[in-house]
Amino acid sequence: MTAYATTREHDTFPKLARANAQRLPDGVAIREKDYGIWQSTTWADYLTQARAIALGLASLGLSRGDKVAIVGDNRPQLYWAVLATQALGGVPVPLYQDSIEKEMEYIVDHAEARFAIVEDQEQVDKLLALRPRCPRLETIVYDDPRGLRAYSETCLMSLAELQEAGRKFDIGHPTYFDDELARGRGEDVAIICYTSGTTGTPKGAMLSHRNLIVTARNAAEAEGLQPDEEILSYLPMAWVGDHVFSYAQAILVAFAINCPESAATVLSDLREIGPTYFFAPPRIWESLLTNVMVRIEDCAWPKRRLVRFFLDVAQDLERARLSGGRGAAWRRLLYPLGRLLVYGPLRDNLGMRRVRRAYTAGEAIGPEIFVFFRGLGINVKQLYGMTEASVFVTIQRDGDVRLDSVGTPIKDVELQISPEGEVLYRSPGIFQGYYKNEAATRQVMLEGGWMRSGDAGFLDAAGQLKIIDRAQDLSRLSDGTIFAPKYIENKLKFSPYVKEAVCIGQDRPYVAALVNIDLTAVGNWAERRSIAYTSYTDLSQKPEVYEVIEQEVERVNRSLLEDEVLKGAQIRKFLILHKELDPDDEEITRTRKVRRGYIGQKYAALIDALYGPHDRAQVEAKVTYEDGRVGMVRADVRICEVGAARTTR
Amino acid sequence: MSRPSAGPLLEVDNVSVRFGALLALSGVSLSIQPKEILAIIGPNGAGKTTLLNVISGFYHPYEGRILFEGRDRTRLSPPDVAELGVARTFQNVALFKGMTVLDNLMTGRLLKMGGHFLLDAVWWGPAKRQELANRAFVERLIDFLEIQAIRKTLAGKLPYGLQKRVELGRALAAEPKLLLLDEPMAGMNVEEKEDMSRFILDVNGEFGTTIALIEHDMGVVMDISDRVAVLDYGRKIADGPPEQVRKDSAVLDAYLGASHG
Repeated sequence: MTAYATTREHDTFPKLARANAQRLPDGVAIREKDYGIWQSTTWADYLTQARAIALGLASLGLSRGDKVAIVGDNRPQLYWAVLATQALGGVPVPLYQDSIEKEMEYIVDHAEARFAIVEDQEQVDKLLALRPRCPRLETIVYDDPRGLRAYSETCLMSLAELQEAGRKFDIGHPTYFDDELARGRGEDVAIICYTSGTTGTPKGAMLSHRNLIVTARNAAEAEGLQPDEEILSYLPMAWVGDHVFSYAQAILVAFAINCPESAATVLSDLREIGPTYFFAPPRIWESLLTNVMVRIEDCAWPKRRLVRFFLDVAQDLERARLSGGRGAAWRRLLYPLGRLLVYGPLRDNLGMRRVRRAYTAGEAIGPEIFVFFRGLGINVKQLYGMTEASVFVTIQRDGDVRLDSVGTPIKDVELQISPEGEVLYRSPGIFQGYYKNEAATRQVMLEGGWMRSGDAGFLDAAGQLKIIDRAQDLSRLSDGTIFAPKYIENKLKFSPYVKEAVCIGQDRPYVAALVNIDLTAVGNWAERRSIAYTSYTDLSQKPEVYEVIEQEVERVNRSLLEDEVLKGAQIRKFLILHKELDPDDEEITRTRKVRRGYIGQKYAALIDALYGPHDRAQVEAKVTYEDGRVGMVRADVRICEVGAARTTR
Repeated sequence: MSRPSAGPLLEVDNVSVRFGALLALSGVSLSIQPKEILAIIGPNGAGKTTLLNVISGFYHPYEGRILFEGRDRTRLSPPDVAELGVARTFQNVALFKGMTVLDNLMTGRLLKMGGHFLLDAVWWGPAKRQELANRAFVERLIDFLEIQAIRKTLAGKLPYGLQKRVELGRALAAEPKLLLLDEPMAGMNVEEKEDMSRFILDVNGEFGTTIALIEHDMGVVMDISDRVAVLDYGRKIADGPPEQVRKDSAVLDAYLGASHG
C-alpha cells in the first residue's frame, strides 16, 4: 500500500523520496552486491547522495527542462542520478547500456542531452566518440574511474568530483535544493523513455510525474504491494518497466530494490535475495525453464523419473485450475508430497521461494511455460502494458488467472476495441506525447483521449482482455485464410530447442518459418547424442537437428488444428537460420522483439527459397560485432518441407 | 605514464644460462624500469621463458648478475623472489584445478598472511581479522577482473581464457611490484585477447605494477608495450620502443624474416 496521497507535497518523485528519507531514514532503499557483499543505501543516504549529484549538476548550470542521459547497468549511483536530475526539474533520459554508438548518437542528439551520467569506461568511450556530432552534450560524468586515468578530455568528470562540487555549491546555496524541489509540479515531464520500436527510429515517450504516480499507485493498490517487498532490479534502466518497478513504485511504496553484482550473476543474485515481487519478460521465463529442463536431463534416472512425474502432476492440476476446474482428486492428494520433494526445492533453487506475485509481459508467454511456473506454486500472472501508458493497462487478478488472456483493466483504465479490432485504452497514465515528434503522437492519440495500442485483441464475456497479435502483423494468406504470425511463433518458441522464430505468410500460398535454435538446449542435446559440431552454423544445419525441429513444427501444426479460426494457416516449410538473430544486427530490438520488416529485406533470398522448388539456399549475411565492426557470414541453408521426409520414405 | 628517474626496478646484467652443452642465454643484459610494460619477443627457443625463469629464481645463471631495486639477488630461490615482490603466470596455466576461483586467488595472498596455526584452526581473533582483510582484497580483484560470476566455480572447469584471467588474478593477489606474464594471450581468440590486453593495461595504470611479458601476437605487443626487447638464440638483438624495434633490420632478419622478403 502506498503511504502518500497525491497532494502538492507529494506530487513528484523527489518530493516523495524526501518524505521517505524523513519518515524512514534507516530503511533500506537500495542494495547492491559489490565486492561480494550486499551493501545497502538507506532512504536517508539515497536523498543525500542524490542531493550532492543534483547540486553538482546545478553548479554546472543545469536548468529546468535540460535532459540528462543516463547509461549503465542497474547501479544505485544511476538511480541517484535519476532522482537528482528530477529534483532540479531536469529530465532523465535512460539509454540501453548495450546500444552501439550509432543508436546512442541518435538518442543523445534527438533528446538534446546536455549532460550524461554513465557507469564506466565502456559507455564513456561511446559517448566521447559521438560527442563531436552531438555538440549539445557538455559534460560526461562517470561512476567507475577504472581505465579512465589517462583520459585527458576536459568534458569528463567523475561522479565523486561532481558530488564534491555539489557539496561546495551547497555551502553557498543552502536552500537551493529544497527550493528547486518545491518548484516541481506533477505535470512536469519526469522521464523520457525511448521505445526501441520494432519499426523505424526510436521515439521518446514523455511521462509526467503524475502519469507515473497515479498509475504506479493504482497498480500497487490493486496488487497489495507492501513496504517489505524485495525486488531484483536487473532489467535495463532504459526500459519503462524497470523505471516503474525499481524507481516509481519503490519510492511510492518505500520498498527495497536490489542491484545484481553483474549481468552474469543475475541468477545467483536472484537466489540470494529471494524477491517477493518479480518481473520477467517471457524470454527470461523461457531461459529459466530451459535451464531447469537441461539440469533434469542430466540427472540420474530415478531422480529424473521422480521429478518428471511430480512436474506432470503439478502441470495437469494447474491446467485444470486455469480452465476453471479443480483437477483430479488423486493429483490434489499428491500435490503436498510433490511440494515437499520437488516444487519447494525447485522454487528455492530458482530464487522464487518468497515470490508473492510475479509478472510476465511484453509478449505472449508460451502456455506450457506459464503452466510450469504456476504449477510450482509461483504466482506468475500476465500483465498488459506499454510505455505510452506508464506500463499498466490490465493485470490478471489473484484467483482469476487464465492462460489466454491478460487480465482486466486496473483502476481508472478504460478499454475499447476499434472497429478494425485494435485495442484502445484511456487512462491517467497516458503519456505527454513523443518528444519532438508531433506526427507520431497524433498517430496514436485519438479523439476523446483514447490511445491506440497497436495490438489486435478482444474482450471476452468475463471482461478479460485477449491479445491476438500486433494489429499490423495480423494478415491473410493469398487465399484469404487468417494468419497470426506472432501466435504461431510463440507456439514454436515454447520448444526448448527454439530460441526465436519468424513466420511468413502474408499474401503467400502457405505459412513458412525461419527458426533460430537455442544453442544451450540443442548443444546439450547434441552432446548427449554424441553429435559433433564446430559452431552455431554447423550445428544448425545438422540433419538430426532438422529432424528435432520438424517434430516441434508438427506439434505446433497439430495444436493449430484445434483453433477454428487459425487452423488453415499451418507451417508448410521451414528452415533453420545459420546465425542467431541479434540486436546488434538490427534483426531484433534490444528487448528482443523481432523486426519483421527488416528481416523480410535482409533474408529476402531465403524467404523466396521457402516458396521455391529447391531444398537448399545460399545466404550471405552481415554481422555486426559488439564493438560495431561489420563482417560477412556465408552459409548454405537447408529448407525442410514438413512431413516430406516421411512421405517419400 | 610518468617514469620516476630512480633507476631500474630490475637489472639483468650480462646473464648466461647453460643447460649442459646448450647455451640458453648468453650475455643478456636488460633493465626493466618502474611502471613500464616491457614485451620480450623472439622466435621459439630464443630463451624468453628461460629469461623469466632466471628472473623468478627457478634457474640460476652460471654467469652474470640480477639486481632487484639495486640489490644483488642472483641466487635467491623462487619463494624468496616472490617475497621480494615478483609474481608470475605460466605459459601453461598452473592453477589448482580442484579449487574454486576464490580459493585460488586466496592462495595468492599466502605471502601476506602470518598467524599462528592454533588461532587459524579456531578462526579467532587476528586469524579471523586477517582472513577477512585478505578476502576483501581478493574481492576487489574479482571485481577488477570481472569474474564475479565464477567466484565459486572450480578453476579446472573454466574455459582456457578465463583460467588465464584467474591466474593473472592470483599473481595480482600477491601485490607484486614486478609482474611476469608468460604468454598471457596464447590460445585466445580475438575478443579474449582484447579483454586481456585491457586488463594488462589497467593493472599497469591502476596499480602502477611493472610488467614484463612474453607474447607472440605482434599486434598486441605493438599496442600495449612501452618497450620491446628481442631475443634470438639466447642473445638480445634489439631493445627499444615498439616503432623502433619494428623497423630494426636485425629483428626483421632474425625474427620476422619471412615478411621481410
